[in-house]
Amino acid sequence: MDVTPPLGLLAELTHRCPLHCPYCSNPVSLVSRDAELSTADWISVLSQARELGVLQVHLSGGEPLARADLPALVAHASSLGCYVNLVTSGLGLTSARLDDLVSRGLAHVQLSAQGATQERSDLLAGARAFDHKLAAAALVKASELPLSLNVVLHRRNHDQLAGIIELAERMGADRLELANTQYYGWALRNREALMPTPSQLAAAEPVVRAAVSRLRDTMEIVYVVADYHEPYPKPCMYGWGARQLTVAPDGTVLPCPAASAISTLSLSNVRDTPLAEIWYQSSSFNAYRGEDWMSEPCRTCDRRGVDFGGCRCQAFLLTGDAAATDPVCSRSPRREVVDLVLTRPPESDLVMRR
Amino acid sequence: MIAAGSVPALRRGVRLSFDHVRETHVLLFPEGVLVPNATAAAVLELCDGARTVTAITAMLGKRFTGVREQDVLDVLARLGERRVVAWT
Repeated sequence: MDVTPPLGLLAELTHRCPLHCPYCSNPVSLVSRDAELSTADWISVLSQARELGVLQVHLSGGEPLARADLPALVAHASSLGCYVNLVTSGLGLTSARLDDLVSRGLAHVQLSAQGATQERSDLLAGARAFDHKLAAAALVKASELPLSLNVVLHRRNHDQLAGIIELAERMGADRLELANTQYYGWALRNREALMPTPSQLAAAEPVVRAAVSRLRDTMEIVYVVADYHEPYPKPCMYGWGARQLTVAPDGTVLPCPAASAISTLSLSNVRDTPLAEIWYQSSSFNAYRGEDWMSEPCRTCDRRGVDFGGCRCQAFLLTGDAAATDPVCSRSPRREVVDLVLTRPPESDLVMRR
Repeated sequence: MIAAGSVPALRRGVRLSFDHVRETHVLLFPEGVLVPNATAAAVLELCDGARTVTAITAMLGKRFTGVREQDVLDVLARLGERRVVAWT
């Protein structure tokens, strides 16, 4: 098939993070500090990524501010012509650090929030985080960079949805991402405690719709549905190896941020293989490109060009076969594994990220 | 109401640049990339937050033949709907 250059790079600079969110989608086993790529490694990754066609660079983690070389990486990505996005908890973002990053070409900040109130937010973050987030949002606004607020939704904060939208308005966010939890990595361990109820999802729909309409001219709202409750799967990554790649803190290159979960996949690393070779030739990036890998019912499905068979990681995690139809799909012969999860009684205990 | 005297500018956070890998103009903004066609790119390059649509049309008229103000307005209206252009 015809492979086109990637548009985006998710650079996971570190797995270190001051928060302990139970919905964390990073792997259960994290990369330790001494296994992280060096500054020179990341400079090379960024140069190779731009040469390959990458235009959007998302500096993420963990908490990217935990890397002392963040200013150098922002400056390099920006000098290459990339649009540089900082994905942060806000903890550790001071006025001096932000001013420095802006002067080096930072283009956009995506800030996370866990709830609408200090009490709930700090409970879900497992840290005193809420006040830092308000302060970080104010700094970003003062810098005149665009601000996105990103909130992961689940059973423990859906009741605060209207308050979360008001929080985004108070912060002056230009974009608000309201994303129902995706069950990968640590989040999968907490699935039965995080799964929203059908009534929570039903209540959210008119609240989001009204806010989208009311804030049309000031704030873009993106709502990511709870896919277990949907009849069709999400069009994960707009196709495997199609638009974006992820580089993990240790240099592992992933076609999808959750792909390290697919144990049958042989992943390449930037420490020993050029990024372009990984994008175009590696077995991992070619494994589920296009449609040749599909079996029935995807192979002849009229939706295969819409959702690409759904998420490969979810197919692997729930069925053991990464080439299976995403079992979220109502046409999947394995949909019962998802329905079974939805009928389970809720788990009361959340296991905080550690 | 957008009119010939209106002043378009790239919305905050939107950058227009040239991608030497794809050899085309690109519009970069939070979480997105758009590839404007040659006409849109020519119009966007002149959106500096000071020029009116009339002024932009006049400048395009020196580079290209048959530039009409209504066409420039239509291009800018579409870019406004896609949250690329704001009006001051």
